[in-house]
Amino acid sequence: MTETRYLAAQTLDEAIGAYAAAAGAARILAGGTDLLVQMRSGVLRPGLIIDVKKIEEMTAIVPKADGGYWVGAAVSGAVLAEHKGFAATWPGVLEATNLIGSKQVQGRASIGGNLCNASPAADSVPALVAAGAVASIQGPHGRRELAVEHLPAGPGRTHLKPGEVLVGFTFPAHPKGSGDAYLRMIPRTEMDIAVVGLGVNLTLAGGKVTAARVGLGAVAPTVLLVEDAAKALIGSSLDERALDAAAAACRAACKPINDKRGTIEYRTKVAGVLLKRTALIAAERAGRK
Amino acid sequence: MAKVHVTTTINGEPEEFLCEPHQSMLDALRGPLGLTGSKEGCGTGDCGACSITLDGRLVCSCLMLAVEAEGKKIGTIEGLAQGDHLHPLQQKFLEWGALQCGICTPGVLVAAKALLEKNPDPTETEVRFWLAGNLCRCTGYDKIVRAVLETAADMRRAA
Ligand SMILES: Cc1cc2nc3c(=O)[nH]c(=O)nc-3n(C[C@H](O)[C@H](O)[C@H](O)COP(=O)(O)OP(=O)(O)OC[C@H]3O[C@@H](n4cnc5c(N)ncnc54)[C@H](O)[C@@H]3O)c2cc1C
Ligand code: FES
Ligand code: FES
Repeated sequence: MTETRYLAAQTLDEAIGAYAAAAGAARILAGGTDLLVQMRSGVLRPGLIIDVKKIEEMTAIVPKADGGYWVGAAVSGAVLAEHKGFAATWPGVLEATNLIGSKQVQGRASIGGNLCNASPAADSVPALVAAGAVASIQGPHGRRELAVEHLPAGPGRTHLKPGEVLVGFTFPAHPKGSGDAYLRMIPRTEMDIAVVGLGVNLTLAGGKVTAARVGLGAVAPTVLLVEDAAKALIGSSLDERALDAAAAACRAACKPINDKRGTIEYRTKVAGVLLKRTALIAAERAGRK
Repeated sequence: MAKVHVTTTINGEPEEFLCEPHQSMLDALRGPLGLTGSKEGCGTGDCGACSITLDGRLVCSCLMLAVEAEGKKIGTIEGLAQGDHLHPLQQKFLEWGALQCGICTPGVLVAAKALLEKNPDPTETEVRFWLAGNLCRCTGYDKIVRAVLETAADMRRAA
């Protein structure tokens, strides 16, 4: 049995230094709601656990001058939900994070951990993708930015390089007339894994969609940005034809698995249904009459 | 194996203990700290029997490392009663028989107390959603939910 060490890193440099030096034997600890479950089941016994919750940048929520937001990767869902400004701007992102587990789990679970754990069914990720959130990543060789949809590489795998830590997210300014929403389909109403999860973020001007993004989860090895669905919505007044076309684009993007929660046919069909429902909620939040 | 020395506050009292770096807070509570009120139903965050507060926030102690308690304030079921004086939630649970085997009860009480501190006047739906992470195999939940709502009403009247 290897010995586990624990480090509560005080700075990002300290965390990255230790992470890189441990060469694969270390794990980052944010809320621990995935990590501790994996350790307990015996899948994982890290040589070093690096707690990042004392690093200010990683636990801060900062409104930016342009109307955007910085959200540290280790901010818990419960803390994010209590931020009035963020809650008013990104209700869909919160809707998604507040679906993660119970109140107890939300007290710890972070959106950074949700993304880095790289489950195809991670609830916050389609909403982050729809929001156009950009991940800030720092490693031994410096800092880089990556759109959230480019970070997952497959179930349980990311494009983070050795020694790289996800520091946080930049949310773009939300122009007037914008709204976002997230819906997931699960077999029961609480505490289950998504059969399909879908996030929509759109902007309306004079009743027409001027910008849209659609994030789709649990129907492929990674969460997807469905650009064809966005294209079908942009320029429309969200009439039946545009919604049908966007739903068809979501169905076409699906490469799901068959499992006890849903068959391939079911998941594919639900993806289209959720697109329509979610887009209408986002439009209502954007101020559509 | 090198043990870590942790200094923390539990139910308002300063405490120190030794633990292994991979050990959960639940194991530290039930082991070296001798606070066996928090229960282990699953160890994987699903049942809520191990619920505690960490700097006032409701969490599963089975999903927290004991070393993370350093410098923090922990609240457990043992902190609810003041001496012989039961917390109004505890009193109501007894009066209304909102427990049977009792395994889930400490976690339910800690979670319910955290809810009432945040929201003294919850709706039934809010209580049910808040307690969705506390599984009970005996009561069917209804008595638990009624007892929490009734305690909230009593506490509002008393305030
Ligand atoms: C009972 C229960 C119910 C759940 N329900 C849901 C659900 O409904 N929907 C859902 O999506 N998830 C669910 N989860 C999974 C989990 O809670 C989420 O994935 C959560 O967001 C993980 O965040 P965390 O901060 O706890 O991550 P951690 O466990 O701390 O980390 C997760 C992984 O990411 C790595 N990591 C974390 N932060 C960083 C970083 N900044 N940089 C690099 N790597 C990092 C860790 O090393 C680890 O491998 C549930 C879990 C439990 C226990
Ligand atoms: S023992 Fe912690 S949630 Fe079940
Ligand atoms: S009283 Fe037995 S589990 Fe709740």
